[in-house]
Amino acid sequence: MNLLNPQTLAPWFINLLEGIGLSHFWTLVLWDLIGSVLIILFAIVSILFIVWLERKFAARVQDRLGPNRVGPYGLVQTVADTIKLLTKEDITPATAERVSYNLAPILAVFSVFMVAAVVPFAKGVIGADLNVGVLYITAIGSIGIMAALMAGWSSDNKFALLGGFRVVAQLLSYEVPMVMALVSVVLLAGSMSLQKIVDAQAGGRWFFWVMPGVFLLYLITALAENERTPFDLLEADSEIVAGYHVEYGGIKFAWFFLTFFLNTLFLASFTTTFFLGGWRGPFADQLPILGFVYYFIKTTLVIFFMMWVRATWPRLRIDQMMSFAWKVLVPTSLILLIVTAVVLKLGLPAFWVNVLLLVLNVIVVLVVLGFLGRAMRLAIERPKRQVTA
Amino acid sequence: MITQAIFIVVSLFTLVAALLVVRHPNLFSSALYLIASFFGVAGLYILLEADFLAVVQVMVYVGAISILIIFAIMLSKGMMGKRTSPHNRQDRWVALASLLLAIILLYFLVSLTQWPTTVIGALPPNPIQLLGKDLVGRFVMPFEVASVLLLAALIGAIAIAREREI
Repeated sequence: MNLLNPQTLAPWFINLLEGIGLSHFWTLVLWDLIGSVLIILFAIVSILFIVWLERKFAARVQDRLGPNRVGPYGLVQTVADTIKLLTKEDITPATAERVSYNLAPILAVFSVFMVAAVVPFAKGVIGADLNVGVLYITAIGSIGIMAALMAGWSSDNKFALLGGFRVVAQLLSYEVPMVMALVSVVLLAGSMSLQKIVDAQAGGRWFFWVMPGVFLLYLITALAENERTPFDLLEADSEIVAGYHVEYGGIKFAWFFLTFFLNTLFLASFTTTFFLGGWRGPFADQLPILGFVYYFIKTTLVIFFMMWVRATWPRLRIDQMMSFAWKVLVPTSLILLIVTAVVLKLGLPAFWVNVLLLVLNVIVVLVVLGFLGRAMRLAIERPKRQVTA
Repeated sequence: MITQAIFIVVSLFTLVAALLVVRHPNLFSSALYLIASFFGVAGLYILLEADFLAVVQVMVYVGAISILIIFAIMLSKGMMGKRTSPHNRQDRWVALASLLLAIILLYFLVSLTQWPTTVIGALPPNPIQLLGKDLVGRFVMPFEVASVLLLAALIGAIAIAREREI
């Protein structure tokens, strides 16, 4: 077995088990089971680290120290917090709808873990290379919306219900430009399989360089889908206490907490996959173990960007959030989609397709920014309208 | 053998969930069972190796339609109680009538359909591409008519819900 090449791991393992005397079917079942458990464990362990990183990073930005008591640099703080959460009393409100109330956190975590199946971690290392991968991601994402809605409704609390309303309004609105951005990526790559999308970015032709406008669009919608600042009005403490999971405590709250950070992790890793070349980098083809390294570096950079935004930006108002989605992002994503389709239909050589897409993307972004600036100036100059009942 | 067992389990799941949609006293729970039933149908598509249809089923029916239904329920007045589904005494006659209708429909469906038992040929390597090309090629008229209809519905909804400017 070649340890440096993870692709040889599967045949080696299957041979080993069949040597013991297991049938081929059960060997495959066992192999898939081990793979799933490994992915889930990886995700949970990295969440422990990401939570610590987020708190430490926000502390640095705001000139505080952050967690520094448990372990060196407070590294074990998250473990202590998790143990505290898990040992808390499990409280269910007396008037809650029992089944939905208990099902909601499970569904929430389920929706994020299902998505992990199609992340290409390195060359040939992917849970399931679905040929409808991109569509699968958006479909599974809608289960998360449902979970939040169930949590908000079943808690029988007005703040939770308001939070549930906000979740649907925000996530459904931002799903539209997100899917449009993904369709542009799919058009350029010519496939919906995540493996093939990464392959299409071989040789440094990252989609980030080809379509920076679409990348920006995807990043903004990813922040919104993740309920992160500036789109965190789903759990705006000063408005609706904590949104749809107000009534949850102990381990059930831990599930929602986990969902939030898992979302961060996987949205960052999809940004990497779709726009930053996935696991691709120098020598990643020859030495597949390097793919992991590149993948983790890029994903961490995207996560850092999200934390940076969270630590520095104020929250949007709910009407601003909605009109930004429908009046700015949706038209922009439609224009970018048409631009991509038309440029690909022209039948130019690959180099000129890249250059043309890049130029047109930059032009579209500049025009949109220009419109936004004009709207802002007009809003400032316009006298306040009289409010009529 | 295993496929058959899975088929029976998935179909039972779908049917029981569908029955609970019409029988459950709480409207919100009915909507949740509707989602479960949609998932069952997606499972049937997967069994038929139509993974694209399965994913689209989840995306459209679970992701969009069910959530809109739940939203409508939540926005309705007096829908948060325990017994909210509008039942009345006529449900047994309705059950009888729909059973008869289902039997008649199934009879014609089973007797009129030719059930090919031989494999027609290998699946094309990229069925989604063919589907997309057919949608904007052979079936472009129905496709466009459907989108115009949806657009009309959208504009109609906006026109009804619009605030009157004074």
